Amino acid sequence: MEDGIVLAMRGICKSFPGVKALNNVDFTLRKGEIHALMGENGAGKSTLIKVLTGVYEKDAGSIEIEGCPGEAHIHSPQQAQNIGISTVYQEITLCPNLTVAENMFIGRTSDRLVHWKDYEKRATEILDNLGIPARAKQELSRCSLAVQQMVAIARAVDMNCKVLILDEPTSSLDDKEVAMLFQLMRDLRGRGVGIVFVTHFLEQVYEVSDRITVLRNGELVGEYTVKDLPQVELVAKMIGKSLDDLAELEQFQKGKGAQDEVVYEAEELSSSECRPFDFKIRRGEVNGFTGLLGSGRSESVRAIFGADQVTGGKVKINGKTVRVSNPHEAMKNGIGYLPEDRKRDGIIADLSVRENIILALQTIRGMNHPIPRAKAEAFADEYIKALDIKTASQDTPIKSLSGGNQQKVILARWLLTHPQYLILDEPTRGIDVGTKLEIQKLVLRLAEEGMSVTFISSEIEEMLRTCSRLIVMRDRNIVGELTGDELTQAQVMKTIAGGEE
Amino acid sequence: MSGKNGNNRLRAREPLTDTQLLMYISVGIFVVMYAAAALTLKGGFLKPQMIFDLLNDNAALIIISCALTIVMIGGGINISVGGVIGLTVMSCALFLNNNHIESSALSILVTLLLALGIGLGFGLLQGFLVAHLEIQPFIVTLAGMFLARGLTTILSVNPVKVAHEGFQELVKTKLKISWLGYTAQNGNLIPAKIEIGAIVAVAVVIVMFLILRYTRLGRNVYAVGGNRQSALMLGINVKSTVFWSYVISGLLSGLAGFVFLMHKPAGNASVAMRSEMDAIASSIIGGTLLTGGVGNVIGTFFGSMILATIQKIIALSPLNASWWQEMASGAMLSFFILLQSLVLMRKNRSKRKAKQKAAAKTAEEKPSGTGGGTA
Ligand SMILES: Nc1ncnc2c1ncn2[C@@H]1O[C@H](COP(=O)(O)OP(=O)(O)OP(=O)(O)O)[C@@H](O)[C@H]1O
Ligand SMILES: [Mg+2]
Repeated sequence: MEDGIVLAMRGICKSFPGVKALNNVDFTLRKGEIHALMGENGAGKSTLIKVLTGVYEKDAGSIEIEGCPGEAHIHSPQQAQNIGISTVYQEITLCPNLTVAENMFIGRTSDRLVHWKDYEKRATEILDNLGIPARAKQELSRCSLAVQQMVAIARAVDMNCKVLILDEPTSSLDDKEVAMLFQLMRDLRGRGVGIVFVTHFLEQVYEVSDRITVLRNGELVGEYTVKDLPQVELVAKMIGKSLDDLAELEQFQKGKGAQDEVVYEAEELSSSECRPFDFKIRRGEVNGFTGLLGSGRSESVRAIFGADQVTGGKVKINGKTVRVSNPHEAMKNGIGYLPEDRKRDGIIADLSVRENIILALQTIRGMNHPIPRAKAEAFADEYIKALDIKTASQDTPIKSLSGGNQQKVILARWLLTHPQYLILDEPTRGIDVGTKLEIQKLVLRLAEEGMSVTFISSEIEEMLRTCSRLIVMRDRNIVGELTGDELTQAQVMKTIAGGEE
Repeated sequence: MSGKNGNNRLRAREPLTDTQLLMYISVGIFVVMYAAAALTLKGGFLKPQMIFDLLNDNAALIIISCALTIVMIGGGINISVGGVIGLTVMSCALFLNNNHIESSALSILVTLLLALGIGLGFGLLQGFLVAHLEIQPFIVTLAGMFLARGLTTILSVNPVKVAHEGFQELVKTKLKISWLGYTAQNGNLIPAKIEIGAIVAVAVVIVMFLILRYTRLGRNVYAVGGNRQSALMLGINVKSTVFWSYVISGLLSGLAGFVFLMHKPAGNASVAMRSEMDAIASSIIGGTLLTGGVGNVIGTFFGSMILATIQKIIALSPLNASWWQEMASGAMLSFFILLQSLVLMRKNRSKRKAKQKAAAKTAEEKPSGTGGGTA
């Protein structure tokens, strides 16, 4: 193997029943570089990583790793770890029933005994160093998703590794945590570690990476240095055509569909998780809730949908007073809700893509009126096409789809119910750039057709592109409402921060 | 979040884990139940000997309950334990009666090895089938149960009494503690008596506790039960973990067979019939979840003691009939499961709140962040 190369994968092929996930892919990682692995949802990024770490057996190809003479044969994540590859997988892979400290050290030593005191002391040091708000002895299931992600990262970077793999590590982190992660990555790069970084946030790629490898439909498109590949070209390489959709998006004027008629109106609505608030939305309007993580934006929409225990308030739908105290009543009243945490509230892993798509519609119709098979197939087909869901067939269990494609299935589920009011909480998290725009377009089109939509996203730009009214939250209270000319990034940030300079 | 006070944070009290919470519940219930029995039924319940009797009579049950706990924590099940006891008891009884080993101590030692060997054999075979061929543990151990019962009847359809003198001595050997004894009506002091089996059972509980808490294997069992896929990705050898948990489980079943024989020195085709159900019930009452990842042998120990106490109470009360015993045990089991799920539900609700609070707090302290970056 050439000098300076830590990892060389050649001609990797991997098929799953009905899909060729990787076809003759090469990947080269050099010492002390941050190498971004890019591609659309379902392009094969996670599969390439899992082949490398022995989660999947490759069908063909060879892997060479510095320090291991000849070909490296890796058959389990344990082996991968032992030869110096540490990985943060896309889905959080920690054990909820163990403590934070144990999650950081289990599976790493060949010691037959567990030294709890050591574990806890070292874990506390690491947590403090990285500023992770968790305690060593805390049960992992008591930590928020972001903290769990940070713990997984802390575990990976603490290992003495020569290859560090990060598969969408930033999807549930906020800016500050991302900045800290990047600092860590740069430090490790300085020490000669080769880092593989997967993300759908293009700006993050340009911020930290040295080199980019692009995959498309399981095939290698090419390897480029960052400075030779401007963002537009990167997108073009990823989706296989140039992206002039942004211009197209402008055609859909936001707010165009908004009519005067109020579809949903809540007075003093409160739930076990949020304080009383007033809210209304008109037909064909797209509004957004914004604010920091934990500001109460998700809790507010959960209250609207009755997903948490509703404790008070008056709700009118189309002018009529109704009771919405649980999701079923909300659905019957034409409200749809795409939850933020799709692992817990969203997918049913073992059911097929089709069954996952028709699930909400079936619930509304009631179990006594099953949707005929032919109809279900037609629905599934329609949405698989509309959202460009990459799946071998409708019958594939949803758990074998790529992360982004699972998200699309859940979106399809709610679109299918044709709600008059649709709530989308982080619908584009983990979704590739091309599809992100598709989803934004879709939202605007639905609004034009008369659907009211509430859109929540961590990316303010995305909200500015789609929403005609933004509700700003801070500390679980509504602190402002922006419309028209006020809808600028600066104004939003100012309102979030509290109006002061 | 500057957190320079690492030590304070280490010392800070954590809320109970599910495992601990469920264990405390079962300990609490045992104490309450025993106290209630002592107050209402008086009699034997006021003497320490009652506790020792519970241990003496249920030593084998305690051991197989531990055997179940370890596989249940790993997300599996083992219903062959009762069958293995039956087979071990029969084999050992026949061996004791028919061998020609001169030294009686040696003959007993070989019998013990035979018991452990039978258990180990079942453990290895079942572990291999479950871990490496990935066959459903329920099916594997159900087959194991039938196999063991079948072999037992092949060995002998008639009951076999142990005639070996040395072993009969062993059966009679008891640890006597006079200060825990009581004075009988005729003025004689009757010391408290503890059988060897009871001591073995308590030792097993302690050893299993240490294994599950302080060894890599033990922790890996929890991880595998908590989330098998994650455990694999964390670099744990899932197959070997599952394999060894069944080996330990089998070994304990064999040991339980020997302990059973020391309590009742006779083999019989229906020995320890359905005791696997009692063992499962003990584990569940003791706080082991059937879904895996949560449980503790200390809890299991108290689970067995609770079951044993129920049986004793019914035996001493006017309702002494086997169907009463079963109904009462069944009712208790349902009650426990209900209680457990209620407690866990409450706890998880507060867990979600704590999580949200934590998230809100983090957000407050990071006024610059607005979420996952921009695309
Ligand atoms: N376990 C599996 N069984 C069957 N098919 C699978 C499995 N895992 C992945 N696939 C398929 O392989 C393809 C590549 O998936 P992969 O997860 O590698 O995509 P990805 O590039 O990571 O996408 P994303 O950005 O959405 O995470 C997809 O079509 C997916 O459906
Ligand atoms: Mg992926």
